[in-house]
Amino acid sequence: MTRYTSATPDDRREMLDAIGVSSVDELFEQIPEPLRLGRPLALPDGMGEAEVYERLAALAERNADAEEQVSFLGAGMYDHYVPAIVDAITSRSEFLTPYTPYQPEISQGGLQVMFEFQTAMSELTALPVSSAGLYEGPSSVASAGYLAMGATKRRKFVVSRGVHPHSRETLRTYSVGYGAEVVEVGLEGGLTDAAALAEAVDGETAAVFLQTPNFLGAVEDVEALGAAAKEHGALLIVACDPMTLGILKPPGECGADIALGEGQPLGNRLDFGGPSFGFFCATEAQIRRMPGRIAGETEDVDGRRGFVLALQTREQHIRREKATNNICTAQALNALGAMVHLAWLGREGFREIGELLVQRTAYARERLAGVSGVELLHEAPVAREFAVRLEAPVEKVLDRVAERGIAAGYPLGREYPEYKDGLLVAITERRTKAQIDELAEALGAAVAAEREGVTA
Amino acid sequence: MALTETPMQAEKAQTIYEKSKAGRRAAALPAAEVPEKPLAELIPENLLRAEPPRLPEIAEPEIVRHYNRLSRRNFDLDSGFYPLGSCTMKHNPRLNERVAALPGHARLHPAQDARRAQGALELMWLLQESLSEICGLPHVSLQPSAGSHGELAGLLLTRAYHADRGEVRTKVLAPDTSHGTNPASVTMAGYEVVKVATDEVGGVEMADLRAKLAENEGEVACLMLTNPNTLGVFDENIAEIASLIHEAGGTLYYDGANLNAVMGKSRPGDMGFDIVHVNLHKSFSQPHGGGGPGAGPIAVSDRIEPFLPRPQVVRLEGSNGHGPNFDLDFERPKSIGRLRGFQGNFGVFVRSYAYILSLGGDGLTEASETAVLNANYLKARLAEGRAGDRLPIAFDRHCMHEFVLSGKPMKRDLGLATLDLAKRLLDYGFHPPTVYFPLLVDEALMVEPTETEAKESLDAFAEAIEKILAEAETDPELARNAPYTTPVRRLDEVKATRQPVVRQQFD
Amino acid sequence: MAPASSEGTYPEDLRYHEEHDWARIEGDQATMGITWYAQDSLGEVVFFDPPEVGATIQKDSSYAEVESVKAVSDVIAPLSGEIVEVNDALQDNPEKVNEDPYGEGWLVKVRLTAPEEAETLLGVQEYRKMLDR
Repeated sequence: MTRYTSATPDDRREMLDAIGVSSVDELFEQIPEPLRLGRPLALPDGMGEAEVYERLAALAERNADAEEQVSFLGAGMYDHYVPAIVDAITSRSEFLTPYTPYQPEISQGGLQVMFEFQTAMSELTALPVSSAGLYEGPSSVASAGYLAMGATKRRKFVVSRGVHPHSRETLRTYSVGYGAEVVEVGLEGGLTDAAALAEAVDGETAAVFLQTPNFLGAVEDVEALGAAAKEHGALLIVACDPMTLGILKPPGECGADIALGEGQPLGNRLDFGGPSFGFFCATEAQIRRMPGRIAGETEDVDGRRGFVLALQTREQHIRREKATNNICTAQALNALGAMVHLAWLGREGFREIGELLVQRTAYARERLAGVSGVELLHEAPVAREFAVRLEAPVEKVLDRVAERGIAAGYPLGREYPEYKDGLLVAITERRTKAQIDELAEALGAAVAAEREGVTA
Repeated sequence: MALTETPMQAEKAQTIYEKSKAGRRAAALPAAEVPEKPLAELIPENLLRAEPPRLPEIAEPEIVRHYNRLSRRNFDLDSGFYPLGSCTMKHNPRLNERVAALPGHARLHPAQDARRAQGALELMWLLQESLSEICGLPHVSLQPSAGSHGELAGLLLTRAYHADRGEVRTKVLAPDTSHGTNPASVTMAGYEVVKVATDEVGGVEMADLRAKLAENEGEVACLMLTNPNTLGVFDENIAEIASLIHEAGGTLYYDGANLNAVMGKSRPGDMGFDIVHVNLHKSFSQPHGGGGPGAGPIAVSDRIEPFLPRPQVVRLEGSNGHGPNFDLDFERPKSIGRLRGFQGNFGVFVRSYAYILSLGGDGLTEASETAVLNANYLKARLAEGRAGDRLPIAFDRHCMHEFVLSGKPMKRDLGLATLDLAKRLLDYGFHPPTVYFPLLVDEALMVEPTETEAKESLDAFAEAIEKILAEAETDPELARNAPYTTPVRRLDEVKATRQPVVRQQFD
Repeated sequence: MAPASSEGTYPEDLRYHEEHDWARIEGDQATMGITWYAQDSLGEVVFFDPPEVGATIQKDSSYAEVESVKAVSDVIAPLSGEIVEVNDALQDNPEKVNEDPYGEGWLVKVRLTAPEEAETLLGVQEYRKMLDR
């Protein structure tokens, strides 16, 4: 008996008697003999709770996390402060342990959270319809591609290189499956090359994909760039950072048909990359092509207000091979975390945090630009992240700075060979002026040491 | 039944937006500290937002009350029996939550340099090794975010495998009773579904499989199967099915939704499967969270390995007296590429690895044995009395971890649909089984008790079913109008879909 | 038990298809919809996804979808032709398909390209007989 099962030897005997067999093994006789494993699994024996804790804690100890390092890492996931009430609410059994709300009468809490979350994301993006949540950011981009193919019956995607490299790669992976072509448009001065974009979009284009702020942190003029999509009847799909939407013009006011993105900055931990959630909002015209769960308001037989899963015929369990997507998660717990965080920030706080990020980012950018051996990679406007060039090998500089307990940022070289000297620096409300000053000093010292060939 | 409103029913549902009042707030943010500039000097005015989004304005105590109140309008696994077939609602150990929340896990940035994330990479590698042993397949990718994502991965891997051999195959076979995600994934992966008939035991109908393979010679890319199947029965022909598919040049895909029946007892790899997805939120105790998060790692055979998503966690032998170290391998030229951002749902990996450590190889095996014991015991209990007459088992033999009943006689004799029984169970404090799936059983009820339920819970459930059937003999209306005691009663789903209201309306 | 056809209404002047669709033929045009039996088995209709005006439809093939809350059903063309009009009123009031399947719940109007196909359709007596089998 493990500690998660309750069947005592007596229970087992009674249960086997009721079944009418003499042993549990008899129940497994339906598995043909050659297919039975016939040996114990080659895994260690079970451990006590304290031992498991120690084992996992020892592994955790070998990671440099944002508790012990001052982290300027971003690139889609950010070290924001998650308010304590998020943990308190998301760890309640009633939210943590139910399944998908298939029985709405006993799932009103979860369904109403979905409705509130949909409202929040719809407000943030200024688009009327929101999904209850997808897996995460990049796969949401790929799902938008699938939607666009269905909506336009076309098979070409035009994608800015300002879109997160993971999103572009995921879109390409999915496109091999559903048979679409992906065309990339480069950046000029940190921003999507408008002329090249207009050139690339044609009557075969199903969708144009932009991101703002883009991967280099630059705020794009989505409305101007999107004109090419509108002209050719392609959908305009805009990935965005939800934490900037208190300040930046929302995609829905810039002509976007779909706004989506990585939801982690809202109420979710870093967790080495997941779980988080993807948000996905669209115009009314796309409501029946939306991927994922959607909660809707209704009434019960006595006229009480209630919530249910709406528009289920889009989904895989009903439409099967004709479904708008195969997804069946809503990342409900992660979306709840986002909703609580947004309620905590509130209307004013959400704008304030956006402005705080812009101000501190501007300061950090100016500060780093003044460091010898560091220069700005582009001068386009930024909101919470910016890119610099280092006059010394980036990885080596990062190692030197790490020794001072600082993660200086994300090296651009692997995904952007054209910026192999590039470093992406992210700011959150946790990064104080003093920490920014220390980063500037440490980067300067590290670049200088590398250039002088000082042994680290 | 007297319709006295419960206190919770009397409380009108109010959204957090309706509780908002201008000027209230919860957040206290740090000061900027830095010299500030007018926003429009930093970002062009035409790119700035004119009106902030209408988020609620509300103080912290009321936020907490609001969501606590909502939480009480949910039924959950910690409150009661949840025998939802195919969903494996087993206990969620709280230890797993504690270790996942350690800052070394929870605050680890996904782009942290591999040399400074050795603990995380080792954990992922250890989980890969464990899943490999459980599935009987040598290679694992943890990247897919859910079962359906694993299915898509498996089909894209199949496509890459055939393309690498210069073959173009366009069709995927799936039983007509398969989970809806299977055909949906097939279409997304650019294949066409060919349905294979199911025999009366819920297994693949061998004659039809042979016919479909002959009709589509050279075109079949893959067969997707769940085993034990959706009737809770192990497909005894699996070895023959595997050899037929392999001879036809296809891959065999295992939908791991029902893995909880066979851990340590039988392995998909040994059955002949090439690709398996594992639902960490089912067999490996990640909490379902009211509809996510989960994770859907895949285990694959040698011939599929070159195409696995990137990056892949690898273990490198140490040199000069150093121990092994771990890295992310991006240099995989034949890889299908990424399926998502970063490395996958790491927080889920931590919980599942903690679960595997807690149970160990012996405990996992015992979990499957007890799951099967519990299912067969509950099946035996429900074969007695009124349930035995009104809710016969769809196929009467030993089941694996779940079984399917048919409500057809109940509907015919008592005028009670399966849905009515399900709704009445809510009044008795139970989550109903999965209803109306699989489709090949009329008025189906699919029951999966899992290993973590005590005999007392199984007995209480069987007794509740008996009572509901007894009361229906005298008053069938009682169940037809149920539930009565839940926060709301039956909801108008037609209205919600005809005129969808999917967000708060502000005046 | 009463025969299945006794529950619903089946007008005399229509031609019926085995897949529970009807056609009202007027010259080289026909109005089409789903029968009482079809709407009853589907349950409350919540959405009609119409073809585009100008689209061609093929006898015995699906030309549109109707949805209830938990089912989607293909609508099969009883005759071949070109869509000349779709019932836009169903976008806001899909329940008309349930309430008045042969009147306000019509789906499309079609200019027939092979009017002779009508001979293969069922008359009301034959359709009722089929339902009762």
